Amino acid sequence: MSFFFEVLIGGLLSGVMYSLVALGFVLIYKASGVFNFAQGAMVFFAALTYVGLLEVGLSPWLAIPATLAVMVVLALVTERVVLRPLVNQPQITLFMATIGLTFFIEGLAQMIWGANVRGLELGLQDEPLQWVTDNTGMNVSKFDLAAAGVAAVLVTVLALFFSRTRIGRALRAVADDHQAALAVGIPLQQIWGIVWGVAGAVALVAGLLWGARNGVQYALTFVALKALPVLILGGFDSVPGAIVGGLIIGATEKLAEVYLGPYVGGGIEGWFPYVMALLFLLVRPEGLFGEKIIRRI
Amino acid sequence: MSQPRHIGDVLLKVDNVSLSFGGVKALTDISLDVREHEVRAIIGPNGAGKSSMLNVINGVYHPQQGTITIHGKVRRDMNTYAAASHGIARTFQNIALFRGMSVLDNIMTGRNLKMKATLFEQAIWIGRARREELANRRKVEEVIDFLEIQHIRKTPVGRLPYGLQKRVELARALAAEPSLLLLDEPMAGMNVEEKQDMCRFILDVNEQYGTTIVLIEHDMGVVMDISDRVVVLDYGKKIGDGSPDEVRNNKAVIDAYLGTH
Repeated sequence: MSFFFEVLIGGLLSGVMYSLVALGFVLIYKASGVFNFAQGAMVFFAALTYVGLLEVGLSPWLAIPATLAVMVVLALVTERVVLRPLVNQPQITLFMATIGLTFFIEGLAQMIWGANVRGLELGLQDEPLQWVTDNTGMNVSKFDLAAAGVAAVLVTVLALFFSRTRIGRALRAVADDHQAALAVGIPLQQIWGIVWGVAGAVALVAGLLWGARNGVQYALTFVALKALPVLILGGFDSVPGAIVGGLIIGATEKLAEVYLGPYVGGGIEGWFPYVMALLFLLVRPEGLFGEKIIRRI
Repeated sequence: MSQPRHIGDVLLKVDNVSLSFGGVKALTDISLDVREHEVRAIIGPNGAGKSSMLNVINGVYHPQQGTITIHGKVRRDMNTYAAASHGIARTFQNIALFRGMSVLDNIMTGRNLKMKATLFEQAIWIGRARREELANRRKVEEVIDFLEIQHIRKTPVGRLPYGLQKRVELARALAAEPSLLLLDEPMAGMNVEEKQDMCRFILDVNEQYGTTIVLIEHDMGVVMDISDRVVVLDYGKKIGDGSPDEVRNNKAVIDAYLGTH
């Protein structure tokens, strides 16, 4: 039983990493209805910029705010140059634009910092926490725990910001109804700018953690694909959905790997989340927490 | 209720406004004025251009011709954001509330333009951001008391019955302390009691806060009871303008409503 819990906890903690990526998608989708495929590329860009700045000789404590600034500027420019001219275009147009953006951002990152794979050291070892092992006999990774802690702080800060401040309220209002938001005097474009900026900051956090785990490389862009089943499970427009969806995906893929894997020759971790997502689409297409769309006929 | 009250100068003046969508003429050469503190109704059969008129005043539509003068200044091509910052608040024909948010939060968005703290101040929740939030919250509670919706303050708007949603929408508009309040069919789809409540609130707003109100309404009884002056549109043209009694006896208006052209 202790083994089961060990796998479960490991899965939940790794799920938090998916949630972090999914969160960036949700923020932008909620506020502007754009499914920003480039979120993965932003994660990659953030990680690469951070590592690049370290190589240039900045200390980590300087490199993080510097990268944050770069990400916010990148996000604002993207909103201004790519998304704003396309306002009121069909969703598929916006989606295609963000796919294009993905390749542009990837290329830009590698043009500036070079294309070789680098390591990213956050000073956290991916090794079991001794205290937990001694007391319960389970192995829980220090790195995973720290990542979960960071994610928890980030989500708490975002939740407070959204619920307690004027701009947070305006963000939710814009997400709900553009026309009404304009009529009460909420400046739409300023709000979109802020959302993109926040998504850039979230991409930085995800980039640091994913980069530290998998190395900073081109493939980091495709963590975006791992966020897809999370979004389908949790709902594209729900912040709690992104968190719960990530936890469920993380836990089930690890449990499936351990308990179902041996029967089919293993390696199911890679595709199991997508099967889950597919099943979910059949049963509850709006996701666990997504807004159900009811149309009058 | 149509006895003369403290009605003041012209607050809003619409001159020769024409609006068309492609070949469809929504408004043709409309002129009208709205005086301070009055309740001004716009009536007319379906498709007469009433909502278009409201949308022009509110800056949603930009008329091809004509001018709009508000607070003595000519405004062309005003957008909705500018309209809001000029003290124009409105409600919509098909309720446009933020459905996922609580009543309180919805009404707080009405205070958006009154709050000045920057993103940074709000992010770390210090000094001005905190004070501002509290002061505005107090103002919102006043509006909530005024419209008697204390009991639903924390309810998500999407769960409320239609009549109450309409009232919350009015509350959000009032929270902005508008100088001009536009109401697009505030009583559509309501039962008799809800209509009576809404009438009372509209008149109370007008009397207590002195808010100038422009409203579109189909219920003739209501319109004639609560408005000071009525303008009648038909096929995008103005066919009558005056006190409720004048409008009631206007030949063109009677024809438009009875369909004898």
